[in-house]
Amino acid sequence: MATYLEFIQQNEERDGVRFSWNVWPSSRLEATRMVVPLACLLTPLKERLDLPPVQYEPVLCSRPTCKAVLNPLCQVDYRAKLWACNFCFQRNQFPPAYAGISEVNQPAELMPQFSTIEYIVQRGPQMPLIFLYVVDTCLEEEDLQALKESLQMSLSLLPADALVGLITFGRMVQVHELSCEGISKSYVFRGTKDLTAKQIQDMLGLSRPAVPIQQGRPLQTPEQPVISSRFLQPVHKIDMNLTDLLGELQRDPWPLRSTGVALSIAVGLLEGTFPNTGARIMLFTGGPPTQGPGMVVGDELKTPIRSWHDIEKDNARFMKKATKHYETLANRTAANGHCIDIYACALDQTGLLEMKCCANLTGGHMVMGDSFNTSLFKQTFQRVFSKGFNGEFRMAFGANLDVKTSRELKIAGAIGPCISLNAKGPCVSENELGIGGTSQWKICSLDPSTTLAIYFEVVNQHNAPIPQGGRGAVQFVTQYQHSSTQKRIRVTTIARNWADAQSQLQHIEAAFDQEAAAVLMARLGVYRAESEEGPDVLRWLDRQLIRLCQKFGQYNKDDPNSFRLSESFSLYPQFMFHLRRSPFLQVFNNSPDESSYYRHHFARQDLTQSLIMIQPILYAYSFHGPPEPVLLDSSSILPDRILLMDTFFQIVIYLGETIAQWQKAGYQDMPEYENFKHLLQAPLDDAQEILQTRFPMPRYIHTEHGGSQARFLLSKVNPSQTHNNLYAWGQESGAPILTDDVSLQVFMDHLKKLAVSSAS
Amino acid sequence: PLYVVNHGETGPIRCNRCKAYMCPFMQFIEGGRRFQCGFCSCVNDVPPFFFQHLDHIGRRVDHYERPELSLGSYEYVATLDYCRNNKPPNPPAYIFMIDVSYRNINSGLVKLICDELKTLLDKLPREEQEESSAIRVGFVTYNKVLHFFNVKSSLAQPQMMVVSDVGEVFVPLLDGFLVNFQESRSVVINLLDQIPEMFADTNESETIFAPVIQAGLEALKAAECAGKLFIFHSSLPTAEAPGKLRNRDDKKLLNTDKEKTLFQPQVNSYEALARDCVANGCCVNLFLFPNQYMDVASMGLVTMYTGGTLYKYNNFQLDSDSPQFLSDLRRDIEKKTGFDAIMRVRTSTGFRATDFFGAIYMNNTTDVEMAAVDCDKAVTVEFKHDDKLNEDSGALIQCAVLYTSISGQRRLRIHNIGLNCSSQLADIYKACETDALTNFFAKSAFKAILSQPLKTVREILLNQTAHMLACYRKNCASPSAVSQLILPDSMKVLPVYMNCLLKSCVLVGRPEIPTDERAYHRQLVMAMGVADTQLFFYPRLLPIHSLDPRTDTVPAAVRCSEERLSEGGAFILTNGLSMFLWLGVSAPPELIQGLFNVPSFAHISTEATLLPDLDNPFSKKLKSILEHIQSQKPYTMKLIIVKQREQPEMLFRQLLVEDKSIYGGASYVDFLCCVHKEICQLLS
Repeated sequence: MATYLEFIQQNEERDGVRFSWNVWPSSRLEATRMVVPLACLLTPLKERLDLPPVQYEPVLCSRPTCKAVLNPLCQVDYRAKLWACNFCFQRNQFPPAYAGISEVNQPAELMPQFSTIEYIVQRGPQMPLIFLYVVDTCLEEEDLQALKESLQMSLSLLPADALVGLITFGRMVQVHELSCEGISKSYVFRGTKDLTAKQIQDMLGLSRPAVPIQQGRPLQTPEQPVISSRFLQPVHKIDMNLTDLLGELQRDPWPLRSTGVALSIAVGLLEGTFPNTGARIMLFTGGPPTQGPGMVVGDELKTPIRSWHDIEKDNARFMKKATKHYETLANRTAANGHCIDIYACALDQTGLLEMKCCANLTGGHMVMGDSFNTSLFKQTFQRVFSKGFNGEFRMAFGANLDVKTSRELKIAGAIGPCISLNAKGPCVSENELGIGGTSQWKICSLDPSTTLAIYFEVVNQHNAPIPQGGRGAVQFVTQYQHSSTQKRIRVTTIARNWADAQSQLQHIEAAFDQEAAAVLMARLGVYRAESEEGPDVLRWLDRQLIRLCQKFGQYNKDDPNSFRLSESFSLYPQFMFHLRRSPFLQVFNNSPDESSYYRHHFARQDLTQSLIMIQPILYAYSFHGPPEPVLLDSSSILPDRILLMDTFFQIVIYLGETIAQWQKAGYQDMPEYENFKHLLQAPLDDAQEILQTRFPMPRYIHTEHGGSQARFLLSKVNPSQTHNNLYAWGQESGAPILTDDVSLQVFMDHLKKLAVSSAS
Repeated sequence: PLYVVNHGETGPIRCNRCKAYMCPFMQFIEGGRRFQCGFCSCVNDVPPFFFQHLDHIGRRVDHYERPELSLGSYEYVATLDYCRNNKPPNPPAYIFMIDVSYRNINSGLVKLICDELKTLLDKLPREEQEESSAIRVGFVTYNKVLHFFNVKSSLAQPQMMVVSDVGEVFVPLLDGFLVNFQESRSVVINLLDQIPEMFADTNESETIFAPVIQAGLEALKAAECAGKLFIFHSSLPTAEAPGKLRNRDDKKLLNTDKEKTLFQPQVNSYEALARDCVANGCCVNLFLFPNQYMDVASMGLVTMYTGGTLYKYNNFQLDSDSPQFLSDLRRDIEKKTGFDAIMRVRTSTGFRATDFFGAIYMNNTTDVEMAAVDCDKAVTVEFKHDDKLNEDSGALIQCAVLYTSISGQRRLRIHNIGLNCSSQLADIYKACETDALTNFFAKSAFKAILSQPLKTVREILLNQTAHMLACYRKNCASPSAVSQLILPDSMKVLPVYMNCLLKSCVLVGRPEIPTDERAYHRQLVMAMGVADTQLFFYPRLLPIHSLDPRTDTVPAAVRCSEERLSEGGAFILTNGLSMFLWLGVSAPPELIQGLFNVPSFAHISTEATLLPDLDNPFSKKLKSILEHIQSQKPYTMKLIIVKQREQPEMLFRQLLVEDKSIYGGASYVDFLCCVHKEICQLLS
């Protein structure tokens, strides 16, 4: 039999799903005692090379409250042409098109290997994708030039039939008309005045004249809104025009930034003209909003932008109002099915803290850089329009995720770049984890790696045991607009065995996915951290960890040394240790913007990337052998090693003391030391490989022993040697870290003590 | 031009107490070390740089070398103390704001304006010594929304910026809106070429108005300069925006106590706007092209308060009316203008200025503010005694106008006048000027109708006339029979002028007279000078059949009465706004041939608004006379050809002011009788 590890991996590859528990405790009480909730990480649009979509409508269960999709788990009566829904047990007739099916002639959706299947359906008119550029002109000349070039370049990357629009802003907000010949025309708005969607549409001349009602004839559905074409034009038609227009953009002579109004107009424009079709609002900003609704900092240079300290002291005077402004906008955008990307490039903060919801609620990207004139921005932006293996854009729009569960389960909530659709139903739990109270969520924009955490609750009562061999099932139905503008539905149906936690705890224990569990718990923690005080979240995480260890550890009471965890749990405490130190939960040394940025990405990446974020990977390169992963520990920092650390956001190459000296001496240039040259090159090549695929582009740091940038590495490694534990001084093992943080060893000692304590 | 005095950084020399400027009325004493102010008698030190010895009659040696010591009018260069925010002013700007709603596009007006501007912009006024004009220009078009244009010289194409937030207008750009025409010539010409095309397909018929002025004002504010707006507008602003107007013309209000409301603005916002404009040196010139009621009283208010000029072309037809309009536009653009002006009138003791009339704005009782003042605008000042005047020293008046010149220089223009005083009433009556009196009475009456019923105003005018004449009769005239009407020599024509004033359409409420016409006339008169009011109230009637082309003499004007017309004659009649060529039914064919190049009376077309250019001395002579008349008047007059006993004669006859008017105004004789009766009553 395959190991659980293989099982988990296989499931992830096929269905894009990782559950915290792969055998489910069969009663509510037992489930709550498992500490880590029954939950999964779902990558709805996981790229599947081997999954050709089928060109027909899915068959739905006829019970109005169920409407589950026919799947391999359903019981089928081939003779009577009936199938039984595995969620509600409703017996359904097959539609006429299925008359020819038999045991040997099954439709794809009944075959076990198609637990995940994708349908292409014909619904409504196919609308082209829309890209609305919202460009800050309050930039340094050099920055603006670089941004203009990036934007001009991006036009060639868009689908040819995509509609594009351009809004620029500084002190004023300009909506550019793209259709006109001759004189370039733009509508200008005051940057300090918030306008309602209606006002914006009136002022842009987008309000449709009242349709005269003709007698005796039914009202026809309004045709495509031609009127908006003034501001949104097919890129193939106006790319020359737009290229010129972008080229002529001037720096704003008034140094004020009306980001709030610019976004509001962008949202209002799309809301009025193209609701419920895939559209990206791409905000490029070179600094914080300084006027109007949504301003984050005053325009006087003497007042610095808010810090965590100010926020704690309740000194951030614009924060609440600004956040509210952007939240309102984000919710409207999400309701329209559009998304907002934020590309913020400045050395100081740009107000991501206040604006984060715009990207978080709509599935938009958030990119933070120092300048538009950096490869970090340029390549990241280029990667937005990258294509997958089949030549399709790696973006999808307006997804609606519907989750169905078998009766023993209820849905507690989801955490990810989504909003609730408030779909109540029998399978929605009253206990919320994340965004709860619904069985459906809207993800306005997603890519093949977008991953949601979905939390469940076992509701089966203790006294109603599930028959031997019973399985629980979950179905994920994701309807979305494909980048080719097709409407598609992806259906994933999975099942797991039930087990009685009292008699079969070892089964459940063995089927624990500690990686998934760590990420799922981390998402809950980060979600809490958005609204709760940092220390409270840490205490909650600690308590959960201790309880988990008490439940699954093997020990003698009050004897820390006897404490053991089985293999499937062994790494979990370490993940929690690093999570506690991570920028997702610690704000020390991070600006509010950075925290928002890190949390944004943490809430949407898949399991592998999330784990890298929690516990960065460290590779060592030396003459002693091939490159190898080493412990993320200060003891790994040795003079004759080159280290490559990947924290997801940063790639750090660190030359050990000796290596750095060699390099300074120029050995790599001498033919007799060619192997040294290769050694230096090896991590660079590996780093390139990571840089090739990562979105957003990580910050690339090349440093050496004693270099100031080495702090990126030193702040991440487990401080097993510090200036405090003197015994390590002078020894040839690793580098001491100047910190008062506890090391993993101390953490583990405390954990063991608390876990075995009979007092708690 | 006037002499300019420049004292450098010291600035003008003034009396320490009353702040009067150095002028011939200042008396130098103590060997020239001090001077005594002629207005307040304060003794001031002479600044060292200005010191000069006195000659044997106590006059400064340099008396004739200094304009401020020897001339009645001269200019001072002002220092930074006289500038807004103590900063030297920027050169003024002209902003052209064109209504591009359906009507203006359709009538061809927009194209006409744009084409004309291409040549006109080369003729912006400049200081005599300058190569080119310092004035910057900007362009706005509008209908329900405003379109600003970026015409920066570095652009290949102008850029259009639409501001649709008319509730709170702002200027969407600073750099590139106001430009030097010479530098941005190609972009501006490109724009003027494109504007008519750009809106060729428009079907927008609604317009805004107050936001247009606001936009111009904001643009000038942003550029920190004074300037003029040229607004070309053709309909009642009914679009939803501040200053929105409705058609409130109501003939039922005529001759009631509420009639005055027709002359008041419909909404308050225009007053506030005007105040703002004046405070920022923004003058509004308004060209109206109405074909129905347009509420001139409301729309013209800002123009009036800011020292602008209002032009109105009823039922504008491209063919017949464009020469008149273009000529007006040309004259207005080329006009010498002072901007951001403030005027102060100082007097010697015993009397003071109490009231001011004109296209002005007053924030307090002494400072007359004018966003701009040009050569055709006059301010009428009323003085009153507040003490005894001294016959020896006379009455001294100094009027100082601080303004920004077209090149952006801050200047002070000083006018001084000394008048004799007399204790003899007869002397006073002898020295009276009826034309000035008429101007004053007209302006004060036209101001009064805003607050009093027309009937009262008319009664006051009649009473004042009677009082003046009765007073003369009682105190100055030699005794004679009560029934005899005796007029002072200098006031012989006062009754006829008064009658004309009382007959003017402003003071006569008749349903046949359009309300807009009355408001328009009222506004024009308020800004007029003495010569203009004289002609306006008593038009000039010139017999041209007796014109002798061989001499330079202009035929003497005859009295404005039908009796003076003759069937065999031809007459020119003009009041400064319109000009008629009246032809008697039996006018000599030679004359007709000479003027119109047609054989007979019947062949004359009354459609024409210009006389044909003919190569004969008679025609040339007449044309030169007409040109001469025109050159003295601020408004271009359209020539209307009227044939005796044809319909249009009605308009012509209204200007025959000595006759009984069709709208009920008394004939001169009737009025004289009426005045006489009043005088008799007063004397008895």
